[in-house]
Amino acid sequence: MPILTKAEAKALLTKVLSYSKAEQCEVNLNCSDSGNLRYARNAVSTSGGISSNSLVVGSAFGKKLGTATINEFDDVSLQKVVRRAEELAQLAPENPEFMPFLGPQEYGADSPTFSPATAAVTPKDRADAVQASLKQAMDNKLNAAGFLSNSVGCSAMMNSKGLFAYNTSTDVAFNITVRTDDGKGSGYATRGYNDFSKLNAKADTAIAAKKAMSSVTAKAIEPGKYTVILEPTAVAVMLENLLYSLDARQADEGRSFMSKTGGKTKLGEQLVDERVNIYSDPWNPELPTSTWSGDGRPQQKVNWIEKGVVKNLYSSRYWAQKTGIKAIPTPGGTIMKGGTKTLEELIKGTEKGILVTRLWYIRTVDPQTLLLTGLTRDGTFYIENGEIKFPVKNFRFNESPIIMLNNLDEIGIAERTVSAESEANYLLPPLRIRDFTFTSLSDAV
Amino acid sequence: MKRRNFIYLTGVGAAAAMLPAIPVFGKEISPEQALEYIDPVAKKIMSDVALNAARSKGATYTDVRVGRYLNQYVVTREDKVENIVNTESYGIGIRVISNGSWGFAATDKLDKDSIAKAAELAVTIAKENARLLREPVKLAPQKGYGEVSWKAPIEKNTFEVPVKEKVDLLLAVNDAAIKGGADYINSILFAVNEQKYFASTDGSYIDQDIHRIWPTFFITKIDKVTGKFETRNALSAPTGKGYEYLNARPQDKIQTVSGTLYKGRYDMLEDATQAAKQVGEKMKAKSVEPGKYDLVLDPSHLWLTIHESCGHPTELDRVLGYEANYAGTSFLTLDKWESKKFSYGSKEVNITADKTEVGSLGAVGYDDEGVKCGKWDVIKDGILVNYQAIRDQAHILGLNASQGCCYADNWSSVQFQRMANISLQPGKAKLSIADQIKNVEKGIYIVGDGSFSIDQQRYNFQFGGQLYYEIKAGKIVGMLKDVAYQANTQEFWNSCVAICDQSDYRLGGSFFDGKGQPGQVSAVSHGSATTRFNKVNVINTARKI
Repeated sequence: MPILTKAEAKALLTKVLSYSKAEQCEVNLNCSDSGNLRYARNAVSTSGGISSNSLVVGSAFGKKLGTATINEFDDVSLQKVVRRAEELAQLAPENPEFMPFLGPQEYGADSPTFSPATAAVTPKDRADAVQASLKQAMDNKLNAAGFLSNSVGCSAMMNSKGLFAYNTSTDVAFNITVRTDDGKGSGYATRGYNDFSKLNAKADTAIAAKKAMSSVTAKAIEPGKYTVILEPTAVAVMLENLLYSLDARQADEGRSFMSKTGGKTKLGEQLVDERVNIYSDPWNPELPTSTWSGDGRPQQKVNWIEKGVVKNLYSSRYWAQKTGIKAIPTPGGTIMKGGTKTLEELIKGTEKGILVTRLWYIRTVDPQTLLLTGLTRDGTFYIENGEIKFPVKNFRFNESPIIMLNNLDEIGIAERTVSAESEANYLLPPLRIRDFTFTSLSDAV
Repeated sequence: MKRRNFIYLTGVGAAAAMLPAIPVFGKEISPEQALEYIDPVAKKIMSDVALNAARSKGATYTDVRVGRYLNQYVVTREDKVENIVNTESYGIGIRVISNGSWGFAATDKLDKDSIAKAAELAVTIAKENARLLREPVKLAPQKGYGEVSWKAPIEKNTFEVPVKEKVDLLLAVNDAAIKGGADYINSILFAVNEQKYFASTDGSYIDQDIHRIWPTFFITKIDKVTGKFETRNALSAPTGKGYEYLNARPQDKIQTVSGTLYKGRYDMLEDATQAAKQVGEKMKAKSVEPGKYDLVLDPSHLWLTIHESCGHPTELDRVLGYEANYAGTSFLTLDKWESKKFSYGSKEVNITADKTEVGSLGAVGYDDEGVKCGKWDVIKDGILVNYQAIRDQAHILGLNASQGCCYADNWSSVQFQRMANISLQPGKAKLSIADQIKNVEKGIYIVGDGSFSIDQQRYNFQFGGQLYYEIKAGKIVGMLKDVAYQANTQEFWNSCVAICDQSDYRLGGSFFDGKGQPGQVSAVSHGSATTRFNKVNVINTARKI
C-alpha cells in the first residue's frame, strides 16, 4: 500500500470509526516503506526491503480498554478488527488509570518532516552511495563496514471524540566504521537526515577513514580525571540517559535522580551549569519532528533545562491529572543550545585534555545519581597546548551527566547528530568538560 | 544486548497508540487463536511455491522460512494489571543465492502470487548486490533431511494456561512484595512460541515448535528519611520451558546465605518475599571499600559475564569483521585460534557451545538454515579451540559442516550468525557454595545480574549485581553496596581458580540479546556453577549529585 494522503487517511479512519459500537474508539494508522543495505569487509553482506502498514484500534467501555491491530484494509477486515477490539475490551480487567480519549486538538503548522528526495530513493541509489563509500575506503587501503537505510512513512489517528491527526515523514540513517588493515586504527561517522540528498556517504567515509588512520599506534595513558572534549555523538549518549529520567511519576514516586525526600522533586532547581539549555521543538528546521504524540497530545516547544534549571518533566495523562501538572508527552527530538566555537576552536583552547569522538555501551550503574559507565571507541586523542598530539588507548568511564554538566567548561556549535546507542537524532554541540572520570584502560580498537 | 527497548515495551500501558512503535509485537490475537497450529502440509505447499519460483528466476540456492511467532505479555505493577497482550506475526521469508550473492525478501501475503513475487524480488536483490561483492558466497555442504519435525520438550504450554491464572500469580507476587516492605513492584510474564517451518533446495522440510518463558519483577524501596532508594530484581532465569517453570519443587531450590536460589524451576512468590526483605537490607549495607577482592560468583550473576566475555567474542562473524560497524569485532582473532595455545583462561575453564541442552533458550532441533544442532568445545582446559559458525563461514575454519548457529528473530528478518548456549562446565571435584566461601580470605559473594558494559572487542568489562556479601576469613560478615568489578577478559578468566561441581550447575540467560543492523533479538542460555575468581578489581560506584 503506498503512503496515504491526508484525505485518504481521513476517509479510511472515518470508515473504521463508523463500524464502532464501543463507548469510545480510537484508531491509529501507520504505514512505512523502508530499505537498507549493510556491508562489511569492503563488500555487501545483507540488504532488504520491508513494507508494512498497520491499523490499531482501541475500543473502550467504561475503564475497560481493548486493542487490536490488522494489516489488511478491505471492509471485512476493518470490521473484524473493530469487533476484536470490542471483544477484548469486554474481557479486560478494569484499569483505574484508564484515561478517556482526547477531543480535537490544535497542532499548529505542519513540521517539515517529509522530503520528496527520500521518498524517491531506489535500491540502486543505496547501492550507488555504498559503492562510493567502499571506493573511498579501498582507495585508502582501509576496511569499511557500514549501514545505510531509508524510509518513508505516514501516521494518522482519529477517535470518536473528534480528534484527527496526520503526518508524513522520511528518514535516512548512514553509519560507517573504517578500520586499518592491521586492526590498529578505527574511525566512525554517523549521520541522520530527513532529506536523502544531504547524504554524502563518500565524505562521511573520509571522516571515518581519517580517524582510523590517525588513531593507529595509540599510547596508553593513566586513567583518572581529565578535561575532555566530547564530539556531539558522544554528548548524545550521555544526554539521552538524562532525558530518559525526566519522567514526573518516577520523580514523584521517589525513584529517580529528580526525587527528594517526602515525595518532593528537584523540579525548578538548578542542577547543572547555568549555560545549559536543553529543549525540544518540533518545528526546528534542522531537526523537524511530529507535532503530535502517539496518543494525540500536541507536541510543543518545551524547555526541559533552562539556564541549568530543570523546568519541566514529561508524564502520562493519568499522572498529570492525578498530580495537577501539565501532561507533557515525551519529546520527538531534543536540542541543546550551542555556542559559537567550532570543534577545532575548542581543541585550540585546550591546554591539556582528551578528544572523545565516540562513546559506546552505555549502561546505568546507579539511577539515583545517574551514574553511567561505558567506553571511548573509534578514535580517542590526547590534546596538549591546543593541538592533537597523539592517539590514546580507549578508556572506560564512570560518570554522571549531571556531574558532567556541572563541570562544563565550554560549549561548541550545535549540529544534527545521532546516538549510536539508541539511533535517535539530536541537535547537540560538542562540549568541553573538566574532570571527566576514566576508571580503567581498554585494549580494544 | 539492548535491554532499554524491552523496558520501554513493558511500560507501554494499554495505550493502543503505542503499539505501532513495537514491531516485535506483531498483530494482536485472542488467547484461543494462539493454540491453533498450522498444518505442515500447508506450509510445505507455500515453501515449494517459493523454492520453485526462486529457482526459475536463477537462484542457485534457496531457503524458505514460514514462521508464526506468538508472544504473550502480562504486565502488572502493585495491585494493577497494566497490560495483557497476545500477538501473532505470520509470514514467509525467502533467502536466495544468485550470481554468488545473498538476496532476501519477505511478505505476509501468503497467496501463491505474492510468494512467487517475493522470491523474484529476493533474486533481483541478489543480482543487484553482486556488483558490491568481492568473492561469491561459499556454503558448507548440507544434506537434506526430508520431512522432519522437532518440538521443545515442555510439560505445560504457557499459552494454554488461562490468563487469569497468570494475573493472579503476578498480583500475589506484588502483594507479597508490598507486604514485605517494598514500595513499588513491577512484575511481568513473557511467553514466546515460535512455530517455524524451514525448507531448502537441499531437500529439507523441517517443522519446529519452540517455547520460552520469563517471569520477572523489579522491586524498589525508598528510605523516607534520606530519600535514597534501592532495587532488587528477580533471580529468575528466562528458559526454554513451559509453564512448569513456575512450579518449583524442593529439588529446584538451593539454600545459601542469600536465601533461596533456583535451579531448573522458579518460585516467584518466595523470591518476591525474600527480595522485599533484601531490598531493605541493601539500604543498610556498608558501602564497599575499593580494591582487589576474590569474587565468588553465583550462576544467576555469572551467566551475563559469560555471555559478554565469552559468548560474543567467540562469534565468528564478529571475529571476521561483519559486526565491525555496530556490535564490534573480537579480540579472539583467528591467529589465536590457529596457534592452539592461546590461554583464554586458567586450566579450570572449559566452555562449551550447545544448541541441544534441554530447557535452554537456544535449544532447537535444527537452526534457521536447516542444520541439525549439536554441542562442541569452545574453550578447552583454558585454550581457545573453536568458534560459533554458520554455513557461509564454516570453510574459514576448515570445517566441512556448519555448527548450526543461524537464527532470525522473525520471518521478515534475514537469518545470520547468533550465539549458541555458551556455558562454563562445572568442576570435576566435589565443591559446594559453602566450600567456596569458606576458602576465601577477603572477597565478595555476588548473586544476580546488574549493570553491564563491555568494549567492542570484548577486552574490558564492568559488571554489577543484585546482592553483594562481604567475605572475611571464610565467613560472610554482612551485605555490601555500591559494588562493581572491572577486568580484562583474559586476565579475569585466568584468575578463575575453583568451580563448584555439577550439583550446583544452573542456567541463566538473555531473552533479548541484540545484534545486527537492522537490529534483531535472540534468546540464549548460559550455564555455570558458582565460581571463584582471585584478586579482581572492585570499584565503589557511589556518587553525590
